[in-house]
Amino acid sequence: MSDASKEWPLWEVFVRGKGGLSHRHVGSVHAADAKMAVEHARDTYTRRMEGVSLWVLPSAQITSSDPGDAAALFEPAEDKVYRHPTFYKIPDGITHI
Amino acid sequence: MYTTDMSGSKKAEAVAEDPAKVAAFEARVANDEFIEPKDWMPEAYRKTLVRQMSQHAHSEIVGMLPEGNWITRAPNLRRKAILLAKVQDEAGHGLYLYSAAETLGTSRDEMTEALLSGKAKYSTIFNYPTLTWADIGAIGWLVDGAAIMNQVPLQRTSYGPYARAMVRICKEESFHQRQGYEIMMHLAAGTDAQKRMAQDALNRWWWPSLMMFGPPDDKSPNTEQSMRWRIKRDTNDDLRQKFVDITVPQAEAIGLTVPDDKLKWNEERGAYDFGDVDWEEFYAVVKGEGPVAKERMQARVKAWEDGAWVRDAARVHAEKRAAAKLAAE
Amino acid sequence: MDALATYALRLGDDSLILGQRLGEWCGHAPALEVDLSLANVALDQIGQATHFLNLAGEIEGAGRDGDKLAFHRDVMDFTNCLLVEQQNGDFAQTIARQFLFSHYQELMFAALAASKDARFAAIAAKAVKEVTYHATLASDWVVRLGDGTEESRARMIAGLDWMWRFADELFEMDDVDAAALAAGVGADKAALRGAWDQRIDLALADATLARPAARRPVLGGRTGRHSEHLGHLLSEMQFLQRAYPGATW
Repeated sequence: MSDASKEWPLWEVFVRGKGGLSHRHVGSVHAADAKMAVEHARDTYTRRMEGVSLWVLPSAQITSSDPGDAAALFEPAEDKVYRHPTFYKIPDGITHI
Repeated sequence: MYTTDMSGSKKAEAVAEDPAKVAAFEARVANDEFIEPKDWMPEAYRKTLVRQMSQHAHSEIVGMLPEGNWITRAPNLRRKAILLAKVQDEAGHGLYLYSAAETLGTSRDEMTEALLSGKAKYSTIFNYPTLTWADIGAIGWLVDGAAIMNQVPLQRTSYGPYARAMVRICKEESFHQRQGYEIMMHLAAGTDAQKRMAQDALNRWWWPSLMMFGPPDDKSPNTEQSMRWRIKRDTNDDLRQKFVDITVPQAEAIGLTVPDDKLKWNEERGAYDFGDVDWEEFYAVVKGEGPVAKERMQARVKAWEDGAWVRDAARVHAEKRAAAKLAAE
Repeated sequence: MDALATYALRLGDDSLILGQRLGEWCGHAPALEVDLSLANVALDQIGQATHFLNLAGEIEGAGRDGDKLAFHRDVMDFTNCLLVEQQNGDFAQTIARQFLFSHYQELMFAALAASKDARFAAIAAKAVKEVTYHATLASDWVVRLGDGTEESRARMIAGLDWMWRFADELFEMDDVDAAALAAGVGADKAALRGAWDQRIDLALADATLARPAARRPVLGGRTGRHSEHLGHLLSEMQFLQRAYPGATW
């Protein structure tokens, strides 16, 4: 077995700061199994009341977009200005819209 | 806790890169944009970052030892809890930094291996011994003070994961310097024996603290490139001057004397003039000749080797359980 | 000290000595994350010690606070159980100690949270949340090490074997316990034993480990008859207070 595979896998840690908020990525921990990953995430990232809930997932399981594709993926949204409310001119005096 | 610039006199090696990509990268950085893990970056940038972040992480981990030396001897329950929480924070900071460095494709085990084999450097300050309780005060006040000065600008460093780790670290470290100064304040106002202890600690930690900012600017060849890449935001000498100017009045306020005959307020510059740092000692300590460098490495190696069976056991257990789960499905 | 003060003192001493032992690990654990975990447990214990020792001093009414009690008593006046003063040994031995003690502490604090004395109840209600996590953490490690490699299994068995003879003391009821129970303040420790056995057996089964054979219990911690380890622990812990009498820190 190679040395690299002896290392405990890396897990990404997400914390819900308080009820009503979504989980936010805060960093990572090494852990041998999922339960240990939760424990390590708790002991590392919530020592100052930072959260009320944790998610951990193996870093290897994340699929991310390629920065090289960023132009094709994200720039086409730039000219869809009609998706934003400020695109529309409503006469003064019309309220609640 | 900190990142001494220990780049020494070696210039970063030049590698042939696509000039257009380099230009685009440099423009992004100059524009204060963040570089993220999967973005294209020059090889030298990647290497410099991994070296700086791992050195920084190693410093946090080795830095646990001098202060950890006093956890079991802290003088009361409040101090014991504070010190333990602080040293634990250093472990956390090391962890955040290793995590940030791992995003560049170097595993924590590889970095640990580099530390334990003596290939990687860590901050020279931790190769000095903690002899009395006052050293815990001096470390918090001076060493963490110097570290904060180094670290605050790094919250805006160009590499996203590093910057985010630094934001978290700076937030957590805000109590570290205060608790150290509070210890010193208490000692300086205490019995004669306590005052002596406090002054002795300041005498021993002052110069090593000034060394934490790294070699003088004219001996720090990578500074220019690192500043252009926004992985360093101020020069060593600028930060050192700032530290002296802030710290001297703090010492005076509690009746302690900074151990420097040449220390004098310079009205014209609006700053303190101060004596020369012993750079020969600095370079010797960088090379591993610090008073307790061997003890520090011995402790890290022992912890790593003694822990090997634990790490193996957890991994094997996880594999067994995963296999059993699979078989049951 | 009267019975209630002694009762608080015992709870405080248990937490103090265990916190002190766990503090020794800081910077030397098998992995960085484990270092953080052990320090969290230690910090919880030191916090509990502070609350219970201050309470002991308050009930005693002789002007001693938690620090005075922690740093100015000699070994024969310490009332912690023998289990917590045992040396860390290897990681398995530390986990064995934590495993046996945390499950006891969780049951104990859960019971004490219903104390008629609001001061005991308040400390216990807060602390039970802390030690519930400690018990889970320790059990998980017992399972990993017991059902891990051959080496970890042998070490886990040795660690449990070392600690096992100190388990009975946890549930011992003497005059102080009886008085605290009668006053509606303390818990019936003997009655916690069944639940503790169940928890221990459950985790050991998951760890594929056998329960260590019953043996003659070693007792005496509650009345100041300690192992040789405690004196060394105290001489280190109390060094500054002893070397600089009258100084404040």
